[in-house]
Amino acid sequence: MGGLYALFATGLTLIFGVMRLVNIGHGDLIVLAAFLGLAVVEATGIDPFLSLIIVVPVMAALGYGLQRGLFNLTLGRDILPPLLVSFGLSIIIQNLLLEIFSADSRKLQVGALETASIRLADNLAIGVLPLIVFLCAIAVILGLQVVFYRTTLGRAFRATSDDQQTAQLMGIDNRHLYGLAMAIALGVVAIAGIFLGVRTNFDPSIGPARLIYAFEAVIIGGLGSLWGTLAGGVVLGVAQSIGAKLDPGWQLLAGHLAFLAVLLIRPRGLFPRAYD
Amino acid sequence: MKKTRIPSTKGLSRRTVMKAAGAAALASALPFPALAKERVIKLGYVSPQTGPLAPFAEADNFTFDMVKKAIGDGVQIGGKTHPVEIVVKDSQSNPNRAAEVAADLINGDKIDLMLVGNTPETTNPVGDQCEVNEVPCLSSLAPWQPWFFTRGGDPAKGFTWTYHYFWGLEDIIAVFLNMWDKVPTNKSVGGLFPNDGDGNAWGDAERGFPKPLAAKGYTLHDPGRYQNLSDDFSAQISAFKKDSCEIVTGVVIPPDWTTFWKQAKQQGFAPKAASIGKALLFPVAIEALGDAGNNLSSEIWWSPSHPFKSSLTGMSAGDLAGAYTAATGKQWTQPIGFAHSLFEVAVDTLKRTEDIGDRKSVLDALTKTKLDTVVGPIAWGSGPVKNVAKTPLVGGQWRLGGQFKYDLVITSNETATNIPVGGDMQPIA
Repeated sequence: MGGLYALFATGLTLIFGVMRLVNIGHGDLIVLAAFLGLAVVEATGIDPFLSLIIVVPVMAALGYGLQRGLFNLTLGRDILPPLLVSFGLSIIIQNLLLEIFSADSRKLQVGALETASIRLADNLAIGVLPLIVFLCAIAVILGLQVVFYRTTLGRAFRATSDDQQTAQLMGIDNRHLYGLAMAIALGVVAIAGIFLGVRTNFDPSIGPARLIYAFEAVIIGGLGSLWGTLAGGVVLGVAQSIGAKLDPGWQLLAGHLAFLAVLLIRPRGLFPRAYD
Repeated sequence: MKKTRIPSTKGLSRRTVMKAAGAAALASALPFPALAKERVIKLGYVSPQTGPLAPFAEADNFTFDMVKKAIGDGVQIGGKTHPVEIVVKDSQSNPNRAAEVAADLINGDKIDLMLVGNTPETTNPVGDQCEVNEVPCLSSLAPWQPWFFTRGGDPAKGFTWTYHYFWGLEDIIAVFLNMWDKVPTNKSVGGLFPNDGDGNAWGDAERGFPKPLAAKGYTLHDPGRYQNLSDDFSAQISAFKKDSCEIVTGVVIPPDWTTFWKQAKQQGFAPKAASIGKALLFPVAIEALGDAGNNLSSEIWWSPSHPFKSSLTGMSAGDLAGAYTAATGKQWTQPIGFAHSLFEVAVDTLKRTEDIGDRKSVLDALTKTKLDTVVGPIAWGSGPVKNVAKTPLVGGQWRLGGQFKYDLVITSNETATNIPVGGDMQPIA
């Protein structure tokens, strides 16, 4: 579970980390990716995991376009305009999906893999699918880590995030850079969307409900920190499982409580990226 | 030239309009039956066309088209043909919005009769508006307890303006028990009840599942209320495994049921019967389970094999479902029959109304309804409360194969023996 939350949250943390943009439409973008995956699978009959080859670039392109054509126009000193734009985007995506795919609740099929599990002990079994999701989350974050700390592009990202004006003086085109960051973020969103679609049903209106977990994972882990996001996702998932063991009614509550506890004890999250 | 022409054309056109209006007024006053236009009767219809409840409203346009065709020029009331207009508003699956558009229909469109269905989230706010504004309201597609008690209904007094037909919790419990009796199990039942209106009603110690199940020798294991859109059901699954449950029941939203069922398979929990409300209503939800949905069971309120005919079009239930598939290319769903029946009752009521235009007279005709519809006979008076009429409920299983990926087969009809069964109850493999 934690792996999926971490995947949800990684895109969000990327966008916030580089652009200081809170993307309310994030949940709907995840659902959009799931529906794209569905469309690809239905059109070509390939395995949902293979559809990632198409969905990830499409979402990345969409992200670049969105950033250059929409969000860049709203970014400035004030944090409110981009927030409102992303809110509007959320509503537009929901209604477009409703118009195109109808309100039916859909799912991506991967056959026997969905119910396969590895037996560890008599009463302990790990589902293969959740394991794949978790490993994938780690791989994605590892990949991003490499991009951010080992490449010129990553240095440019970090520079822009730290001080946009100075970075511009050094010859970095921040509009293009923001576009790239959004593209990477939506690429991750695409992966999260496909995994969500494989795990459970989705319909056009389910996005906002997924957003809150992403937010919580980001905050628990510390804003802008990639490994923190993974840790946040895991903390959230584990807290929910423990809560559910005590009483099923406490499942989601326990997750929220863990979130509040972290906020109280370490208001900057577990692994804050930088003290600025 | 130009300057003079423009005002003159304006003046002319205004004059022509006035003339035409005068002629129209004259014409309507003349006693020619062919020209006489009777008052247009307006039916208000509130429906969740967008939002999470939208699957219920998917058949809306199909229903309207069919009803409009059946009504044609209008409805004969007291020897006169009144044209009928259906005014539709979207509730956006939001109870507050539903109340708002209902008030619009009542005060703005001045409707004669309100029709509403599709879950208590739609029927209740609309019903409340009608009760306050004294407009007759006909509703369905919500179990009667959440419709009646949630609105603060007093069984001794009932409501004045709102009338409802559907089944109740007692029926669904009876149907589920009948289905389970056909499968040899250890009678240990696991319950999945979310913390929402339905979940609390189903799990309620007094009015819900626990008592009737105990009376029939079943033990219900209820791990407690969970939140909708949970992503992890391992706690419930391990509790059910510990209590060696062989039956699962509950009222679960579709995404949660998919999560639960997949996880149950992963954890090696394989009950012999699973009867779930809400989640298994629509074919798309069961298709989402892949092949793992075979033999899951659910309540059935309407199906193409129900032996009833539409009073409006004369079509059988099977014809109606067939027409839907032909028109949309989609598999039939249960709300189709009930959406159609709302208009059957509405038209029948209008025909019997003595003084059309008087809301009391419409209400009077509505309460005296005795009509055989495509969902069964509807007549108020013998129901659990005066505003509720009950329609038959049976149970069935989703089976792989057939015309669509999954077909809903009626496997238990003890509660309504006139509805034929389509197969035997089978344990989940």
